[in-house]
Amino acid sequence: MPINTGDTAWLLMSSAMVMLMTPGLALFYGGMVRRKNVLSTIMMSFACLGLVGLLWVLFGYSLAFGTDHAGIIGGFNYLALNNVGQDPSSIYASTTPHLAFMIFQAMFAIITVALFTGAIVERVKFGSLLVFSVLWLAIVYLPTAHWVWGSGGWLAKFGVLDFAGGTVVHINAGVSALALVMLLGRRRGFPNDAMEPNNIPMVVLGAGLLWFGWFGFNAGSALTSGGLASSAFVATNTAAAAAAFTWMIISWIHKRPTVLGTVTGAVVGLVAITPAAGFVTPIAGIAIGAIAAVISYYGMVLLKIKRGVDDSLDVFACHGLGGIWGALATGIFATVSVNAAGADGAIMGNWMQLLKQLVGVLSVGGFAFVMTMVLGKLVDKVMGFRVGQVEETVGLDISQHGERAYGGFLR
Amino acid sequence: MKKIEAIIREERLDAVKKALEEKSYFGMTVSEVSGRGKQKGLTLQWRVGEYRVDLLPKLKIELVVLDEDVAPVIDAIVRSARTGDAGDGKIFVLPVEMAVRVRTGDRNEAAI
Repeated sequence: MPINTGDTAWLLMSSAMVMLMTPGLALFYGGMVRRKNVLSTIMMSFACLGLVGLLWVLFGYSLAFGTDHAGIIGGFNYLALNNVGQDPSSIYASTTPHLAFMIFQAMFAIITVALFTGAIVERVKFGSLLVFSVLWLAIVYLPTAHWVWGSGGWLAKFGVLDFAGGTVVHINAGVSALALVMLLGRRRGFPNDAMEPNNIPMVVLGAGLLWFGWFGFNAGSALTSGGLASSAFVATNTAAAAAAFTWMIISWIHKRPTVLGTVTGAVVGLVAITPAAGFVTPIAGIAIGAIAAVISYYGMVLLKIKRGVDDSLDVFACHGLGGIWGALATGIFATVSVNAAGADGAIMGNWMQLLKQLVGVLSVGGFAFVMTMVLGKLVDKVMGFRVGQVEETVGLDISQHGERAYGGFLR
Repeated sequence: MKKIEAIIREERLDAVKKALEEKSYFGMTVSEVSGRGKQKGLTLQWRVGEYRVDLLPKLKIELVVLDEDVAPVIDAIVRSARTGDAGDGKIFVLPVEMAVRVRTGDRNEAAI
């Protein structure tokens, strides 16, 4: 097919918007930690732009989207961008240059790795995190992305729907985050010491950038710039609004309507609509977003307050639970009237789709959990995954990076 | 010479400054401090749940005065900083061995 300039412009713009989500995530996470760990938390996200951005063009894209091998993994035919050029791919995004599709996908891989770091901030050793990230990308992300999105991937063939990465990005990151928390343990002092966020306005700025970038994430995943992109765009905004509003009300019922809670709600709504955005009607975004906020809120209460699990920035509750709900909600609310390439869900009488979605959740979630445990154990054995007591007490900004976020008396 | 250290509520600073100015006491050093007394502090909210912050922001005013000025200065601070609620602060008076004005090298009474 010839290149469509409108589609190409939108896909490149969307790639840039998704790129901006990673620095946005850095601010979102960075504002929530104590002031001695701001930079290290920001770095865990920002470093992914450097690390994963390289790995993706060298071998990542090829193993995720290259020629299929048994539905499990891609091939070596796109290694170092071989055969990925200015002409459209014959398989993916056939109206835009192959390079545009490749770089759009790169941004997803980058932010997925950045996402799980939020669970283990304030105690993880930076060098070990980088090594783990390389292994995790290669052994967890690339296969699962291939299963769901790759041509010939077994979950794609089975009929699992994931419009923009609810399973590949959010369940993957959320479940892996939980495994990492179980592996590394709590921060020193948790839950007895007050761990005050250092800068909530920074969290809000980060959430705003995430919301903005998410239009590229979801509407960009249409890979075209017409009606489907518009539908996904509106569904995305609607779900974020519903979830932000719902979280605000829940927080108000319990005590006060917090800013931190409201922006968290927005992000949870965006997570939940991600797999569904291009398969459901925009108005279904209200139910998907609102229910996501309820699940994530009470998931957090159960996990963090009741069980004392120190998933520090609630990655499992936001992305794991939000992603699982979103994947299942896709199986409930999907309709071919929105996207002929999709399927009907339970509300259209097709309960099988919900079952398929469940298979997607269990296979990707289960694989991510087990492999993260194995890889994490390996990294811990070889180089230690956690910083020492003194380094943790001093803070990771100084002990890991030799910097501090806020200067002292010398102006 | 005595040094008066007064821990006061942030919002009473202007009133305290005015009360001291009216008695012609101008020099002072003010710093932002955190502290706690018998009151229990604040309860703040995380995304879910709460945490307690027991060190509250206060201001510390420091001024060095002649012995005979201690009583009127304390009186001015107490009157202007008081709200009657818990958390109004404390005043401490300490002896001062020497004072030096950096610009001239003047000592003691001439320096304050």
